[in-house]
Amino acid sequence: MIAAQGPDRRSTRLLTVAADGSMRHLPRSGMASLFNPGDVIIANDAATLPASLLGIHVTSGAPIEIRLAGWIRLGDPTCFIAIAFGQGDYHTRTEDRPLPPPLLAGDHLLLGPLAAIVEHLLDHPRLISLRFTDNPATILTGLAGHGRPIQYAHVPEPLALWDIWTRIAAEPVAFEAPSAGFALDWRTLTAWRLRSIHFATLTHAAGISSTGDPVLDLKLPFDEPYRIPEQTALAIGRAKAEGRRIVAIGTTVIRALESAANADGSIRAGDGIARGQIGHRSILRVVDAILTGVHERGESHFELLRAFTQDAALDRISQNLAANGYRSHEFGDSLLLHRKPSQA
Amino acid sequence: MQTDTNLKDIRVAITEGTSGLGLALVRLLTVKGASTAFVARTAPSVERIARETGAHGIVGDVGRKDDIYPMALQIAGNLGGLDVLINNASNLGPTPLMPLADTECEELERALSVNLLGAFRLTKALFGSLAASARNGRSALVINISSDAAVNAYPGWGAYGASKAALRHLTSIWDEEAKAQGVRFLSIDPGDMDTPLHATALPDADPSVLRRPADSAAEIIKMMIAEFPAAHVVGVNG
Repeated sequence: MIAAQGPDRRSTRLLTVAADGSMRHLPRSGMASLFNPGDVIIANDAATLPASLLGIHVTSGAPIEIRLAGWIRLGDPTCFIAIAFGQGDYHTRTEDRPLPPPLLAGDHLLLGPLAAIVEHLLDHPRLISLRFTDNPATILTGLAGHGRPIQYAHVPEPLALWDIWTRIAAEPVAFEAPSAGFALDWRTLTAWRLRSIHFATLTHAAGISSTGDPVLDLKLPFDEPYRIPEQTALAIGRAKAEGRRIVAIGTTVIRALESAANADGSIRAGDGIARGQIGHRSILRVVDAILTGVHERGESHFELLRAFTQDAALDRISQNLAANGYRSHEFGDSLLLHRKPSQA
Repeated sequence: MQTDTNLKDIRVAITEGTSGLGLALVRLLTVKGASTAFVARTAPSVERIARETGAHGIVGDVGRKDDIYPMALQIAGNLGGLDVLINNASNLGPTPLMPLADTECEELERALSVNLLGAFRLTKALFGSLAASARNGRSALVINISSDAAVNAYPGWGAYGASKAALRHLTSIWDEEAKAQGVRFLSIDPGDMDTPLHATALPDADPSVLRRPADSAAEIIKMMIAEFPAAHVVGVNG
């Protein structure tokens, strides 16, 4: 597969895989013609914070990069779980980034205009909780001015916030973009509406997808808070009662919905925390199909797809994607995968 | 008829909130309990008005592309979403006012960058928040502040008038397009007001014949409330 060169929302492609395993290639704009009246499409409307902060570890004077990676309390920007890197920036692969200077609880960090204190070390030299010393509005101002989007070496040009906000981005609570949502635009949503396909959202604080450290990556995804509006829970309930499909735009939507699902497939509206991984042993109670990026075996996003279909089918899909030059990573092409009936 | 309206469930953002109509809107909205954020270019003025009103003050220039998303981030982050965006920031073009043939290209570009592109960019960046509001059963509204110069061909008002005319038409088109998402767009002409912008344009005008910005702000808020279902406006009398 070919790595994405950068954000390009109009020339992307889509491989659809039906429940019987049959596959079809479409331009992603062809999404407007997919699905049936009564189906419910659910996306994550979280906007993404500029969560990478370059600065100085005051005790040692050494440079440090902090990547905010998780909320302690959703919406309270004073405290975060964070990943720390030593000297360098996104141009170096995370796998090759040096460790941060040795960190101790109580250490001070200067991150541009923001001052922070290391609160706790969390079982790994890169993993900490930190507390900013300013008030929430000042912290948001500091993030807006000094923070950069978390970025990986496969995209060489620096990303701006407009690159990482989906068209539907609303409240800024994600640390990396809920990138499956890049497939959505208002033209498609309007076309679905005209065809009586219901569009609903939830807000899920998508965390970071990779640290470059194999031990730390085993802890991903971190616990992620989400909020499901009453209207979304009701739309799912109605669609389920009528035998319609529930389509998730992205893995974060699956995590939130399956976390909030009752045994009968109904959804608890409100706030919750998505914990743990979804994989081949997971039983999906809510979602019938997923639109996602192109992921490779071994990634946690790929592991989630094993809840939808068997490994042999995923192998055939991967071969098809590779043979047709589909682009992986967050700004690449898309895959629409329906759940195999036997997985229901 | 006395109207006592409590807007405490409504989240509003206003551009150029430290003088003229914008300041009057910030004052009135905060008095009525709306969660309010405002943007302006000068940090000391932003801090002063934020202290005075309790609104969230954000420093930024609507005419600068690079300022737009940081503004949107702070608006949506501080307010926890957004129900109403009021694009009020305006650039007059050349001052003193000039015929178009004497207007520098850069002066027209600056007027367009604030009055048209700035409003477009900020609305686009916040459209996700507004649509989320509408999806979740609230109302969502964009108010673009217009002028009679958007309709009438006043000599000397070319840069301002042309940019406001474009904004007015953009508002009409976006209103048609966004109906599907439940987001309404209004273009409002607040009339000739006793504001710094008016004094710059027409320094010899008699302020006593001009409207007070507070009166125009009250009318705009009345129009805004008319777009909201009663459930989100508490304690309306009269």
